[in-house]
Amino acid sequence: MTVDGRRAFGTGAREALGVPAAVLGAGFLGYGSLAADAGYPVWLTLAATFAIWALPGQLVLMEMQAGGAAVLATVLAVSLSAARFFPMTLTLMPLMRDGSSKRRLWQFLLAAQLVSMTTWAVAIRRFEDRDLEDLEARWQYFIGFSAVCIGAAAVCAVIGQLLIGALPPLARFGLALLTPLYFFVTLVGEARSKASITALVCGAAVALLLHAVAPGWSLLGAGFIGGTAAYLLQRAHANRH
Amino acid sequence: MPTATDIGLMILACGLATWLWRGLGVLLSGRLNPQSAMFEWVSCVAYALVAGLVARIIVAPSGLLAQTALMDRLLACAVAFIAWRLARRNMFVGLVCGVGFFMAAGYVRTVII
Repeated sequence: MTVDGRRAFGTGAREALGVPAAVLGAGFLGYGSLAADAGYPVWLTLAATFAIWALPGQLVLMEMQAGGAAVLATVLAVSLSAARFFPMTLTLMPLMRDGSSKRRLWQFLLAAQLVSMTTWAVAIRRFEDRDLEDLEARWQYFIGFSAVCIGAAAVCAVIGQLLIGALPPLARFGLALLTPLYFFVTLVGEARSKASITALVCGAAVALLLHAVAPGWSLLGAGFIGGTAAYLLQRAHANRH
Repeated sequence: MPTATDIGLMILACGLATWLWRGLGVLLSGRLNPQSAMFEWVSCVAYALVAGLVARIIVAPSGLLAQTALMDRLLACAVAFIAWRLARRNMFVGLVCGVGFFMAAGYVRTVII
């Protein structure tokens, strides 16, 4: 490890320790409480956080398993909810790796597990800065930043899990609503184009309609129907210009 | 209710299925255009799927939240969103206001009923 590299690791860790870790922590605090409610022991809450490392997917798994959905449908839905990681990793990796890279392929394949909405968005923005021009520094920064994010998420999930049993009923309800609220605000706040509003409305409507007839398939249906409708609208809009 | 082993195996399977997207991104980086039609479609599907998830948890929750009133959950969403906008997209303000409203509404219900 070069001196520069070690400094970049620390820089990443320090920059994660503020708002990014706190916002993630709020989401995972609620997740821990929902996991306890769904009957997860602490070690499974942690296992899900480390193995999946995508809060929407972790919630999809919990919801569908609690509802007794088919195994294949569940795995497919969790995976699809994280499909955005593909184009995200695709754009992030060339910024950390080129032909001369001293890091091996397996190291990048492992580091890819750290890619999440938060870590990706910050890394893409920060890698444009002068202090992170060096590929090794970028790698170190990304690992340091991600490590703090995952650590904060794990600690908060455990706190949420332990807290839910100790709180009075009203506070327990509030904690359980934390993560759904977090997603609601994020999703609605993100919906700026006609296409994303369509995806939002169609996805919600289809999920609720299918919930009554085929609950195990409602999320997949929401994704495919709402997503395809949004996509077609986006295409039609793009072709007009 | 699924056993801990069931949940554990599913977590493993879902972890792998999620990592697949990340791993493919590493293997194919530089060889695929992230602006292609396929990716646009896939992001739309992911977005709609998560929208469906949130709608389901808010409108038809299982477990703890099933004991709360639908109207309170819907209003809490509105309060959180409005507070978030007013506080210049500060997530903490949004969450604190939403959760605070939700607990207050629940308290008022216990007093009235």
